[in-house]
Amino acid sequence: MKSKADVVIIGGGVSGCSLAYNLARAGIDVVVLEKKYLSSGATGACGAGIRQQWSTKENATLAIKSVKIFEKLSKELGEDIDLRQGGYLIIIHDDKGMKQSEKNVEMQRSLGLKVDILEPKQINDIVPILNVKGMQAIGATFCPTDGHANPFKTTFAYANAAKRHGAKIYTHTSVVDIKLNRNKISEVKTDKEPIKTNTVVNAAGVWSKEIAEMIGVKLPNIPFRKEIMVTERLKPMFEAMVISFKDGIYFSQQMEGQIIGGIPIPEERSGYKIIPTFSFMKHMSKTLTRYAPVLKHVNMLRHWTGFYDVTPDARPILGEINGVKGFIQCNGFSGHGFMLSPMVTKLLSDFIVEGKSSDILESLNLDRYKDKKIVKEVSVVG
Amino acid sequence: MKKKAIVCRCEDITEEDVLNAIEEGYTDIEELRKVLRIGMGPCQGRVCIQLVMKLLEKKTGKKVSKASLPTSRPPIVPVSLGTLASDKDEK
Repeated sequence: MKSKADVVIIGGGVSGCSLAYNLARAGIDVVVLEKKYLSSGATGACGAGIRQQWSTKENATLAIKSVKIFEKLSKELGEDIDLRQGGYLIIIHDDKGMKQSEKNVEMQRSLGLKVDILEPKQINDIVPILNVKGMQAIGATFCPTDGHANPFKTTFAYANAAKRHGAKIYTHTSVVDIKLNRNKISEVKTDKEPIKTNTVVNAAGVWSKEIAEMIGVKLPNIPFRKEIMVTERLKPMFEAMVISFKDGIYFSQQMEGQIIGGIPIPEERSGYKIIPTFSFMKHMSKTLTRYAPVLKHVNMLRHWTGFYDVTPDARPILGEINGVKGFIQCNGFSGHGFMLSPMVTKLLSDFIVEGKSSDILESLNLDRYKDKKIVKEVSVVG
Repeated sequence: MKKKAIVCRCEDITEEDVLNAIEEGYTDIEELRKVLRIGMGPCQGRVCIQLVMKLLEKKTGKKVSKASLPTSRPPIVPVSLGTLASDKDEK
């Protein structure tokens, strides 16, 4: 193992690996430490979606810029990430939802995004198997450039490209402590060898809170367990991801033909418990067959649990901690880490390499919680 | 076993596919599962995982711990969404 590095990234999910790639490409000597295997946390359990239709300007901007990167990523990294832009169809059920959608669409369009509000009768043009009455839809929004990609392939492609640029990735290696010297990062202790460094990036997903506590920094992040299921493979039936903020459901048909989807369960609690529940199976299948009755003949193969690393405003925590030089956050993605990772890690890389900050990084710093008036992201599913 | 031998019937993965992936550096059974989709089909790994484990041990010379094998996920056998949805609410 290396005994020193310019930057040590904790966490081998999509964020850690894409940041390692961006840094290594800029000539930075970077190490990634992952306690299990690459994509073993939220990245590997996620719904694979890439959405630009957000309620906050920061999230929408990050997502729009991320999609631009995703569109060229297979070529850039030299491995196919299975990007498919079939759009996101967001179902609207009532006047309140319509008002919020109109507000969102106006903001999203001001950022140059192509997004439309559809009439109920237009819904089946996008996804023929949906039952407009069953969903109680009064409309929908649709952005054709939203979509999904394969999170495993994306993470591995980033990791492989990072390694080609000289990054070292150590899996099955846990961080046990982080040492400071006069409020400056000095060393990372692992269950193997220690590594001397002046910069640590905390990209440990739901375990970020524990990492930060090693040096007395308190993060407001809470782990929320989320369940997700997959069906058997079917012939291609629809390309869009269907979601509803009201019912909390999301589902899409993936490249291989399987339908992947999730929904929150009524008795959901925070915590690290990972056993899937029967309640989810029931709740998911009832809602999914209400949305698309034809799916009642389709078999569910399995369902599993992943985590949302949830912050008080459902937006990520990014950038350096005030008062701890070299301690950089890249966590709190609240269920949206995969889709935001390309742009977020580019901004963090610019900050680490050139000391260049940006309005978005500033607005997503941990310090925002000192101000009582935080703007919450409301467009959340799952 | 011939290299063309099918290791994973659900996803149509051959012994050669597995050996190539190990050579590319995917030496963790979970990582192999994620790049090849072994164990993600209807059989849930009952056919392939033991074979992949043996190939991995042979190729790397390291014992694969049973604890590192992919977790079994419910419903274990495929069940239709219609059947799952037909359960009446208790309330």
